[in-house]
Amino acid sequence: MRATSLLLVLATAGLAAACGGKPAPEQPAPEPTAAPAPPTPAPVDDSAERRRADSIAAANAASERGRAVAADLAAMINFEYDQAAVRTTDQATLDKKAAILAANPNVRLQISGHADERGSDEYNLALGNRRAAAAKRYLENKGIDGARLEVVSYGEERPLNAGHDEAAYAQNRRDEFQVTAGGDNLVAPQ
Amino acid sequence: MTRLLARLTCLALLAPFAAGITPAAAQDTNQVNEGVRVGVEYQPGLQPGLVVLPGAGLDSVRAIVGRDLDYTDRFRVIILRDVAVTSEGRGGSESGGVNYGIYRTLGAEFGVELTETAGAVTVRLHDLNAGKVRNQQSFTLPPATDPGYRLEVHRVADEVARWATGTPGIAASRLLLVSGGRVYRIDSDGETLTPLTPAGQTSLSPAWSPDGGRFAFTQLGAGRGPIAVQSLGSGAALQVPGTATALNITPAFSPDGRLVAYAHSDENGTDVYLANVADRCCAQRLTVGRFADNLSPTFSPDGRRIAFVSTRAGPPQIYVMAADGTDQELLAPFDYGATGSSNAPEWSPDGASVVFHREVAGSPQLFLVDVSGRRVRQLTSAGRNEDPTWGPDGRHITFVSDRSGIRQLWVIDVETGRVRQLKTPGAARLPAWSRRLSRTAVAP
Repeated sequence: MRATSLLLVLATAGLAAACGGKPAPEQPAPEPTAAPAPPTPAPVDDSAERRRADSIAAANAASERGRAVAADLAAMINFEYDQAAVRTTDQATLDKKAAILAANPNVRLQISGHADERGSDEYNLALGNRRAAAAKRYLENKGIDGARLEVVSYGEERPLNAGHDEAAYAQNRRDEFQVTAGGDNLVAPQ
Repeated sequence: MTRLLARLTCLALLAPFAAGITPAAAQDTNQVNEGVRVGVEYQPGLQPGLVVLPGAGLDSVRAIVGRDLDYTDRFRVIILRDVAVTSEGRGGSESGGVNYGIYRTLGAEFGVELTETAGAVTVRLHDLNAGKVRNQQSFTLPPATDPGYRLEVHRVADEVARWATGTPGIAASRLLLVSGGRVYRIDSDGETLTPLTPAGQTSLSPAWSPDGGRFAFTQLGAGRGPIAVQSLGSGAALQVPGTATALNITPAFSPDGRLVAYAHSDENGTDVYLANVADRCCAQRLTVGRFADNLSPTFSPDGRRIAFVSTRAGPPQIYVMAADGTDQELLAPFDYGATGSSNAPEWSPDGASVVFHREVAGSPQLFLVDVSGRRVRQLTSAGRNEDPTWGPDGRHITFVSDRSGIRQLWVIDVETGRVRQLKTPGAARLPAWSRRLSRTAVAP
């Protein structure tokens, strides 16, 4: 019976992962063993049913927390035109990442810098590189090992918004953050 | 006599429409005053009239040669099409049967006569004022289906330009460009579009080897990539030393073809390096910019200096250094806080100037800086104009402009200011113009 519950939990978590497209968090792990003890007089034994419901709820909650952590880790930052300095308004975004990286020492991030379509195509590759490097330096200054942070640049080759106005440009001047390792068991920072 | 006059009138009326010499609508500067024609000797700044004489057959050759001569911007070309050559258009034996007077009336000083012989074309350059044949040569042409056919016809045009002006034309050259992330090659007149890199990968910044046999380019993978040097003949590629890691951009060959300068981008910034591709070794760092970018190197024709872009003073501007990285200094003067970003320098074939683009009121425009006097001159003003590349004659520049609505290639003649479009299908960017191509360097 216990083995069946565990399988169910794992299957549920797996399903959540498959459907959500995000890694299923196992931490904090759902605790099927700590589920309420089955009532002693049990004319009708619905314990399996209830354990199943509880475990799904726990898995969903963990999955929610994991998704939130993953979202914080992936949140983009933006830049002023032809600038690579981290804006003060983006510092909180990077601070969250630093805390998550500290709580998840196996996580590695690829930081990709992007530019809007103005300016030279080739210069924008260097500018994107400088933007990614700026985020890396910020995180390093928050105590994160630089070996966990990879810098790449796409210049203006991969716009997020295909428009040709300032709103589009502002969106395209950005750093993206992609987890390249250790993203399966994200722990929320304390 | 009356019939001759009628014929003349007919020719004169036809000429401006048939010639295809109407300058492009987008003129950035006024055409130079054509002035008074004083003789048949070529004078810079004057454009002697030149007529490609009608004749039997060779229609495509006649069209290509006429257009090539027009594109030199050294002549005012009058191409006569669909005009029957009648007996009154024929002169005495000295002229080889060409009636000079009729063409002189059109303002022509040179007449180019093309006649077909077995597997060859015989070209005569007539001096219409002197009333005699000035040059004559027979050129062997491959069959029109041969991949080298058009280039051979372009060589004929280049030779005619040399006869008339002392300087060969630029038709026997080609350009590399980027469209949809692929590198393509086109002839100097925009024909024969040929893909050189595969679809599905992003290739950028093609740069010719001086002999036209290879090109270097950036292989942009997942935000990083090496510089490759690919043979145009075999398609074989090698990786430039020092470019195996991080992002490597903006390659340029040294004039002897042995070295490739490029920019290497990593978390420490972007710096110019020099690698020996002949011996496949020895990547050497030329700039040290902590958190500044140094990129887009371009060699002087003597190989002793390199102009490049640097952000060491803030926005990107054009600098110059010795080819060993010493003596780094500003090349194109700018007013700090006022002058826009400057990028994409390319040293002229004669060594006298460097062309680049600079932001003016939010749009890039072409500029020249002369290397000795450090004076800066603006070349364009209509639309966005960027990424210039010199033609082999050091007076034509191909660049990217959005004046048609999308980014396509255009050609400006620095001497006259004439601008024309280089026809390419769809959008095109990052052009690179070869030198004049020798037969040995050119793969079919």
